[in-house]
Amino acid sequence: MALPVAANPDGRIADNIVYFARTLRKAGMRVGPASVKDAIEAVLAAGIGSRDDFYWTLHAVLVSRREDHATFDEAFRLFWKSRELIEKMLAMFSPVAPDRRERQKPRPAESRVGDALFEGHRRQQPAEDTPEIEMDARFTVSGNELLRGKDFAQMTAAELSEAKQAISRLKLPFDTVRTRRFKADPGGRRVDPRAMMRLASRTGGELILPRFRSPREVHPPLVVLADISGSMSQYTRIFLHFLHALTEKRRRVHTFVFGTRLTNLTRQMRHRDPDEALAECSAAVKDWSGGTRIGDTLAEFNRLWSRRVLGQGAVVLLITDGLERDDTTGLSREMERLQKSCRRLIWLNPLLRFDGFEARARGVKAMLPHVDEFRTVHNLNALADLCGSLDRSASRNVDPRLWLEARAA
Amino acid sequence: MNELKPRQAPETIDETLDLLAGADYVADRSLATVLFLSLRMKRPLFLEGEAGVGKTEIAKVLAQSLGRRLIRLQCYEGLDVSSAVYEWNYAAQMIEIRMEEAAGKVDRRDMEKNVFSERYLIRRPVLDALTGKAGAAPVLLIDELDRTDEAFEAFLLEILSDFQVTVPELGTIKAEEPPIVVITTNRTREIHDALKRRCLYHWVDYPDAARELEIVSRKVPEANKRLSAEVVSFIQKLRQIELFKVPGVAETIDWASALTELDKVALDPETVSDTIGVLLKYQDDIARIEQGEGRRILKEVKAELSAAAE
Repeated sequence: MALPVAANPDGRIADNIVYFARTLRKAGMRVGPASVKDAIEAVLAAGIGSRDDFYWTLHAVLVSRREDHATFDEAFRLFWKSRELIEKMLAMFSPVAPDRRERQKPRPAESRVGDALFEGHRRQQPAEDTPEIEMDARFTVSGNELLRGKDFAQMTAAELSEAKQAISRLKLPFDTVRTRRFKADPGGRRVDPRAMMRLASRTGGELILPRFRSPREVHPPLVVLADISGSMSQYTRIFLHFLHALTEKRRRVHTFVFGTRLTNLTRQMRHRDPDEALAECSAAVKDWSGGTRIGDTLAEFNRLWSRRVLGQGAVVLLITDGLERDDTTGLSREMERLQKSCRRLIWLNPLLRFDGFEARARGVKAMLPHVDEFRTVHNLNALADLCGSLDRSASRNVDPRLWLEARAA
Repeated sequence: MNELKPRQAPETIDETLDLLAGADYVADRSLATVLFLSLRMKRPLFLEGEAGVGKTEIAKVLAQSLGRRLIRLQCYEGLDVSSAVYEWNYAAQMIEIRMEEAAGKVDRRDMEKNVFSERYLIRRPVLDALTGKAGAAPVLLIDELDRTDEAFEAFLLEILSDFQVTVPELGTIKAEEPPIVVITTNRTREIHDALKRRCLYHWVDYPDAARELEIVSRKVPEANKRLSAEVVSFIQKLRQIELFKVPGVAETIDWASALTELDKVALDPETVSDTIGVLLKYQDDIARIEQGEGRRILKEVKAELSAAAE
């Protein structure tokens, strides 16, 4: 292999790296000016050897999440490969021959990177008329996948302030965990030697007075799994607002929604503005008001996410009506695993609008034995109702066995 | 403890590859590149990946082949400054105060200086890592960072960007030469972007078949050639199906040595089902493999290997 050449500081490579970083930023990666500087330094340090080394040199500095790998890969391929770039450029500037070759399977992140690279040039291209194909995709049986978008009414100012109040009053059950860190506490039961020494040195050692501390308590991570299938659609807006307010107030809230597939909305929920957050959620989720596959989506959560978000004593809040049409044996097993991997599993069921509810549906029967708390909402019109039913001071009994016994009797 | 002979960091990516290979660590070029850059730019190396892909091993190999001291900080929930960075020896301080009183010294400033002097400072791993001599800085391994809480992460920011620690009573302690820092996480929690930004990031993936075979032949040299090929091919196929926990490289090595101990020269369905506990650690996964999927994979492996031999 040829020895890497030391990079020429007067060359164009630095400029190109700056442009490349800009492309990555437009494609949605977080690349700040500091990492551009680092990238140039890294290339200077490694020298320019093979294409592979150059790739991994830039990768080491510019990629900081595994999810960004695909974006980087695609951008690198497009940006640093002259032959293909020329082809693309030609296609871009020639108005007569839009590229009609049969496309291969699109690479992940291809469209985003392509948009970022050729931003502004797309307009000049003649609109390609594709034959419109209409399809009626309505299915009557839930469980079939039905992809739909959803618009939410914007949040009014009154609703917003009401939501904030309700959330600040809310005290979730089992909402503090004791950590192994300490805080100064005059009524504490453990001696705080560091504070004692500091105090003693202030008086020149004449007085060594005891100081105490006690374990600090924090909120555990909260993981919310919310059902957005058709049967739940009238409540979706309320609990998305609830989740947004909760995410703003507490540090570690992970939000997942599921219908026929599982979507992680944690990053979208971090948006300060509730309307923007909901708009982003709406764009990210593909299966609003479709069917339900509780078992399958829980299995996916257990396999891919549980070990990433259920650490440190997480509490799981599952919002669903439990109406599952698929086979319920898998559902029961996945619920058991979920319960065993979190500290407390709380099931909130908004379908119980009347008192005569019995655990009759097969899905409900499969899930009930594996939850720690079963909470119900009789009348879910506002966020305050949701908070009321989740509050730990709620007087109703939440033991799931009561419902099962009532059924057996 | 035997004497360490510090070596200088490698000059090129190829040298880095050789260095790792010399210590029986079979790395791919992407890992060698990021490792080389981290040594060259004196930036911490942030390694993320599934359990058992050899993240911790990198730090060990690095310390061994560069002749540096390895300082390991195993993270756990509630890890705090007094067990990670420094602590005062309170009992000794107390005695010092009483001694000075008995001797009749009353100057307050003197006493404070005596009580909070380096003599009574207990060095924990992080502070220890900042005391390396030039050209012989130790390797600081911060293992499984995701097990601690965010509070500790925030504390690491000062250490990782400036390689210094501030002790309020003593002042700022700065490293003469920054230590070689390797941070590993298993992704049981997202690490904050501020910390990642100070590091060079690398996702350690499962190796491909050729590299895994090379790893087995280096780590379990007594294993039969045919057996190693079958083991590697079987595990590569296991990683394709949706298991709750797919086996890592550590499991591959364990399995190869377990089978060698049993004097096996090739895989057969009974052996697989007898020793599957070495590979898979969840009952659901084991049940699934024993219910026929294991036999199917084994059949495929045999067919492919015999086709390749012809």
